[in-house]
Amino acid sequence: MSDARREPWPDPSPEPQYATMAQQAEAASFGMWVFLATEVLFFGGMLLAYAWARGSFPAGFAEAGRHTKIFIGSVNTVVLLTSSFTMAWAVNAAEHGRRRPTAWLLAATALLALLFLALKGVEYHQEWTEHLVPGLNFREEGPNAHAVELFYFLYFMLTGIHGIHVTIGIGLIAVTMVRAWRGAFSERYYTPVEVTGLYWHFVDIVWIFLYPLIYLVGRSGP
Amino acid sequence: MKSPSPKGLPRALLLTWVALLALLAATLALAYVPMSGPLNVAVALGISAGKALLVLAVFMKLFRASALTRAAAAAGLFWLGILFALAATDYLTRTVEPAGELSAPTGRNLPAEGR
Repeated sequence: MSDARREPWPDPSPEPQYATMAQQAEAASFGMWVFLATEVLFFGGMLLAYAWARGSFPAGFAEAGRHTKIFIGSVNTVVLLTSSFTMAWAVNAAEHGRRRPTAWLLAATALLALLFLALKGVEYHQEWTEHLVPGLNFREEGPNAHAVELFYFLYFMLTGIHGIHVTIGIGLIAVTMVRAWRGAFSERYYTPVEVTGLYWHFVDIVWIFLYPLIYLVGRSGP
Repeated sequence: MKSPSPKGLPRALLLTWVALLALLAATLALAYVPMSGPLNVAVALGISAGKALLVLAVFMKLFRASALTRAAAAAGLFWLGILFALAATDYLTRTVEPAGELSAPTGRNLPAEGR
């Protein structure tokens, strides 16, 4: 390990099933895109449930949406969009063989992701104290109480599973960062940075759609 | 494969980031503007689609990827469309139960719990 620190790893040759490094890189990125297609459907089922519930109980969803913490939600969107930017920059640095910038940019991405989770935690805590957690301490009055509960059930499911994806992303980015720092990547081989980036941008895209569905509901109403 | 500028910060990535933040500001502001019918949610989701397209095109380089990769991405959207379209044939053509019935299948009698 200490040798690897001093000297970049030798230029890798492709695994036996590939003819060239380019073909191997393309297969890896294709594999990630296929996985992301399944992820679209994984979140799709929950989004369908949301669409049905919102279409069925528009007044309840508008009321529930006004309970969401729009300031934290908006700041978190800025955080996640910025983390996607630093991730794309890291991939760019990696493809030019700039290994220390790659590692620093990956570190920035992981720190922004941690900040996202921390703010999400603050938000969950506020929702807990306001008795908005279905099944555990939900307490809401009025004719729309059940629809508000349904909204918060979907909210915790969607943001919870998104949060798990963010957590997995932090792990992937951290491992990739250490490898980049130790010089595992070069202009010829940076596939792990690229594939981790694809995953991270997907997590960002999910949030891009969750943001209006959660925080912007019912804002133009009374 | 390589981006034009070998050193420093690539301009395309920076501009995309600025555009994403601008679209976020726009969607936040427009959410407070009362619009008729479902226009608010249509605008919000339209802006989200624009942001997602920017991320796909610039950050994920989807449109510079191989045909196979683009097909995989399209397949995800295609099946999402199937999911929503076929589900809509059910939900849009039947009567919806009132919200008061939602707690019944769990076996809990919510009003009796002194809510």
